[in-house]
Amino acid sequence: MTAPRIAGVGLTHFGEFSERTGRDLFAEAGLAALDDAGVPPDDVEALFYGNFMGELAEHQGHQAPLMAEAVGLDVPATRYEAACASSGAAVREAVFRLRSGEADAILVGGSERMTNIGTAGATDALSIAADDLYEIRAGMTFPGAYALMARSYFREYGGSREDLAHVAVKNHEHAMPNEYAQIRKEITVDDALESPMVADPLGLYDACPITDGASAVVLVSEEYAEREGLDAPIAVTGTGQGGDRMALHDREYYARTPAADDAAAEAYDDAGVGPADVDVAEVHDCFTIAEVLALESLGLYEPGEAVTAARDGETHATGSMPTNLSGGLKAKGHPVGATGVAQIISIAKLLRGRSAWSGDLDDPRVGIAHNAGGTVASATVHVLEVME
Amino acid sequence: MTDKARDGEYDDLLDAIVEGEGYYVECDAGHGWLPPRRVCPDCGSRDLTETPLPDSGEVETYTTVSVATPAFAEDAPYITAIVDFGAVQITGLLRGIAADEIEVGMPVGVTVGERETTGDRAIVFEPR
Repeated sequence: MTAPRIAGVGLTHFGEFSERTGRDLFAEAGLAALDDAGVPPDDVEALFYGNFMGELAEHQGHQAPLMAEAVGLDVPATRYEAACASSGAAVREAVFRLRSGEADAILVGGSERMTNIGTAGATDALSIAADDLYEIRAGMTFPGAYALMARSYFREYGGSREDLAHVAVKNHEHAMPNEYAQIRKEITVDDALESPMVADPLGLYDACPITDGASAVVLVSEEYAEREGLDAPIAVTGTGQGGDRMALHDREYYARTPAADDAAAEAYDDAGVGPADVDVAEVHDCFTIAEVLALESLGLYEPGEAVTAARDGETHATGSMPTNLSGGLKAKGHPVGATGVAQIISIAKLLRGRSAWSGDLDDPRVGIAHNAGGTVASATVHVLEVME
Repeated sequence: MTDKARDGEYDDLLDAIVEGEGYYVECDAGHGWLPPRRVCPDCGSRDLTETPLPDSGEVETYTTVSVATPAFAEDAPYITAIVDFGAVQITGLLRGIAADEIEVGMPVGVTVGERETTGDRAIVFEPR
């Protein structure tokens, strides 16, 4: 089986750009990806686009054709929605299309405009990734849901707010050289512990910010990359997706994320690699506890073991399992529909030696991207590798 | 919100809880769910039976939500909890107890209360 190549990447800065429309955000990222790829727009055959809350934030449904138009493409365009895993799902579908030989070049991306509706509005919009009848009406917010999971984790496996604070400190440090990151400010463990509570036991610094931004990649078939002589050495060699019960209370576990276990197992098998082969990881740290759960689902740690990884320096750029060198959602920012593709871009840059942290890595060959929706009722995992 | 259409089995369940006749649906294998369900997502059984909700359940996990959505603005800070009733687990608002007095495993009963912000109904737990 051939592995689709990443021909070009594009990002907007992530941050608070409340007056920028979604279409303008995506146009910037999409055009940057096309320019970076050097693929003529006429060769692009489709847009696979991720977005979660466009109806609520911009009163705009049916966004995909709008976004294709915004980047100057006259192609079939489809929006994928899997909450915060929307563009991870879009990448997966594009990989299948390219592998099947039905297409040679696809623009895949996502965008989200969030800050224009304010913190309360965005909290409300994010909450609809949960079960409206049986969770939202009981006061469940997105931070609240992860707080329920964090309390269960502490009780089941141990760990503390201080352990989670180290995740925040590490990801803030990682974001410092990332020019696209929303928060480039180092924090201390005390800063994190003293921040206001959002949903006990999670405080403000356990949570990712609310972010406007967009991301895009041009994915091409291996054959197209060879034929056109593209400089595209990074391939998506594995894809996986998992699902779980929508409502947290209907799950077997509150302190584990089986949908991501399944996605990871499928992606590893697809790529023919295992957790021991992974050199760098970008995981969905919408909250500090989510990074812990992700590392365990990816098999990089046993259940109950990842909570101390940041405190012990293992997930730092200089550690044994460098994780979220972009700053993660926590500091890079989390424009929901753009996040899955932004993670792919972060890994691609690391594997090409084009990250500010590349000097701390020893020739990474295999990277993994973990993108989660809701309280991980949806998860996608992608394996990226350097091909010769 | 009074002009809103009822949400079928959800509102039926809340009506039943008000009458002290709460229930869940259960398949032959003992997997319990909140209605509406036409099939057990665990085992695929379509033979689901309405089963009385036990008088009390145990708090499994909880959080005090300080940053709320607009629909809960005046409720905040409030406590959301997941309570285990045996075959079925339910998320609701935990009232009638201070956050620092809650213990995982403590028994609570289920009732229906009003949300302070909107007056909408909500599933509410209270210590037993």
